[in-house]
Amino acid sequence: MNCCCQNKKTETNQGTHTDIDLRLMDEVINHHRGEKGSLITVLQKVQDIYGYLPMPVLKEISLKMGLKPAQVYGTATFYTQFRLKPVGKYLILLCQGTACHVNGSERIETALAEELKIKPGETTDDGLFTLDSAACLGCCSLAPVMMINGQAYGPLNSEKATRIIRDIYAAEHLKAGEKI
Amino acid sequence: MKKIRVGLGSCGIAAGGLKVWEFLQAEQANLAPGVEIQKTGCIGMCHHEPLLDILEDDERVYTYGGVTPEKAQEIIDWHLSGQGSLEKYLVSSSQQPNDYIKPQLRIVLRNCGVIDPESLDDYRRQGGYKALAKALKSMSPDEVLAEIKISGLRGRGGAGFPTWFKWNSTRMEESQPKYVVCNADEGDPGAFMDRSVLESDPHSVLEGMIIAGYVIGAANGIIYCRAEYPLAIKNLQTAIAAARENALLGENIMDTGFSFDIRIKQGAGAFVCGEETALIASLEGERGMPRLKPPFPSQRGYWGQPTSINNVETFANVAWILEHGGSAFAAIGTEASKGTKVFALAGKIKKGGLVEVPMGMSLKEIIFTIGGGIKDDHEFKAVQMGGPSGGCIPGHLLDTPVDYQSITSTGAFMGSGGMIVLDETACMVDMARYFLDFTQKESCGKCVQCRIGSKRLLEILESICAGEGKAGDIELLEEMALQVQSASLCGLGQGAPNPILTTLRYFRDEYEAHINDKNCPAKHCKHLITYTIDAERCKGCGICVRKCPVNCITGAKKEVHHIDQEKCIKCGTCLDVCPGKFAAVLVN
Ligand SMILES: Cc1cc2nc3c(=O)[nH]c(=O)nc-3n(C[C@H](O)[C@H](O)[C@H](O)COP(=O)(O)O)c2cc1C
Ligand code: FES
Repeated sequence: MNCCCQNKKTETNQGTHTDIDLRLMDEVINHHRGEKGSLITVLQKVQDIYGYLPMPVLKEISLKMGLKPAQVYGTATFYTQFRLKPVGKYLILLCQGTACHVNGSERIETALAEELKIKPGETTDDGLFTLDSAACLGCCSLAPVMMINGQAYGPLNSEKATRIIRDIYAAEHLKAGEKI
Repeated sequence: MKKIRVGLGSCGIAAGGLKVWEFLQAEQANLAPGVEIQKTGCIGMCHHEPLLDILEDDERVYTYGGVTPEKAQEIIDWHLSGQGSLEKYLVSSSQQPNDYIKPQLRIVLRNCGVIDPESLDDYRRQGGYKALAKALKSMSPDEVLAEIKISGLRGRGGAGFPTWFKWNSTRMEESQPKYVVCNADEGDPGAFMDRSVLESDPHSVLEGMIIAGYVIGAANGIIYCRAEYPLAIKNLQTAIAAARENALLGENIMDTGFSFDIRIKQGAGAFVCGEETALIASLEGERGMPRLKPPFPSQRGYWGQPTSINNVETFANVAWILEHGGSAFAAIGTEASKGTKVFALAGKIKKGGLVEVPMGMSLKEIIFTIGGGIKDDHEFKAVQMGGPSGGCIPGHLLDTPVDYQSITSTGAFMGSGGMIVLDETACMVDMARYFLDFTQKESCGKCVQCRIGSKRLLEILESICAGEGKAGDIELLEEMALQVQSASLCGLGQGAPNPILTTLRYFRDEYEAHINDKNCPAKHCKHLITYTIDAERCKGCGICVRKCPVNCITGAKKEVHHIDQEKCIKCGTCLDVCPGKFAAVLVN
């Protein structure tokens, strides 16, 4: 039952691959096929559809656009915007910009990682939270800042940051409880 | 009352400006019937967001800060009752601009926070597209170029290359088609000048690009904008559509026979793509890897064709220069650095935000007069300029004027305009480590010096910060820094060692303290500090016990608490939550 590498996350990722409907991206591909230099735009649009870029999707893009798989994969892994793994329901972007750094973002990262029991870049087992970082969220006067699904929070300290996470967690569980 | 304006730049939205806007939209008929409500971009006073302006019938403008829907109602009622301004929330006014606004000279930011960025009419009311009409209808491309040359405008993207020269070399190339590219990749962490201009005044950038197209003989412009700026992209799209509808873009602009169009290409998050040759590779859909110059993009750029690449702020200056004349621009600033520069003030500063000042103003005036000094009245330690390729300028150089030469002579770099203020709690070894961590991750990997050199430099800095520094580390850093600087292919690698070299130059004693005494003088480096509780001051309130994420604090209520150093992860939560009146958590 257990994968020899003990990596549960990979397991779940591969599990979802079978449900991927490759036809969803036909329109994007047809629109850009044959257009010189459009690979990044295609990857962006396709990621908008699936939320990330699963391997079968990258293969399909290379096939349909007539590009080498290495070029597609190479480009997808070069840019930080592209994700090869699915993200949690709440994407936490902790700002690592200079203003946030000097205002203590590192301590917040320590506290959040401890609270969520994951390392930066990972997703919690329940699929609720992904902890990630951003270079600068552009609200430096609110430093230190984190953004959760597009909403900025700041100025933070370790305590405030954990409280925000706990509030979301509690709200999610309340919702789930109500449904039953 | 004529108009109510709400600041809805990214910073305004982050601070809660949308709530004020939605409230005003819903309640306008009751609150202030007949008064226009307008959204605007960023005026630069990010520390006071959300901002609201009241424009009275006599054209006076009153700016209020920290506004909530309730406060907005109070302010509007007050004004409507004819009692003048509501002092308790007022932060500035047109007759009495505050210390933040008064010393500024706004050319690039002339319309930011004034006009509705989505309205072409608003831009035109401020004189927008007059410069374009003047250029197309009454000047030859050579005359426009001459005016830009007289102005002395230098590129605002970092290197400060004369703009006329770049335009001219693209103009001299014969191959067609040619391209105008606007570099809106703004990758420096802690810098947001370009974002603000794009969000708040997109037409000024379009106008500059069209004029550039006219000079160099290009029919196509591309804005390479980072995807992390969704509002900037949206406002640019709106502006481009409006310009097309009004014959300001597309075929036969203003009936002059000149045709030019602009499209947006979104970046995908790679710092190195701000470098012009990497940007071109990215525009072509490839990995953003720089290449050797020459040939310069002006000779062989996008798809091998002549391409002039300029920064957002550079373009935003162009229309002003043509409207007011090159010599008016050249009259501002210093001998070799003309005009103004926009800076993003952030870090440990009281009043952070965007400021635009004439070149040559001293760092002291910007940080202390405009920025109001250091947060919580801490002590100034250094200011970081130029982002990851820049450096830290210490206190004894605060009289340095901001112009290209003077900043370069300190070992830092003008860069695109990020100005991060540091106080005594900043560890300078950690600052160097922080920037190397950034450049190491962002190195594209093409050249060995940058890819491996930045990694090795980072490893040494990490070990020093972890208290594992050895004798000889400083010398090794210096030697390797010079190698990476001289042998890297592009500006990323060439600039990467600067944060190390400037901190070594001005704060060598901190490196020595880390290495020799295993001590971080700023009490920042996690591995070199311990959190303890002062038995005298602790009142046993239990807050830290409850909040500690790893439960390493013990102690009953009303008894002195104790931190288990074995378990402590040094997250600082106890320090954050210990009530200020006790201040019992000590960092040593
Ligand atoms: C690593 C690196 C990153 C850069 N990032 C930017 C950027 O984000 N924005 C920008 O305008 N210029 C950036 N530049 C400078 C550009 O290469 C180029 O010089 C500039 O866009 C030219 O415009 P200007 O002459 O108007 O300054 C960067 C350079 C390097 C080496
Ligand atoms: S540095 Fe964090 S928002 Fe800019």
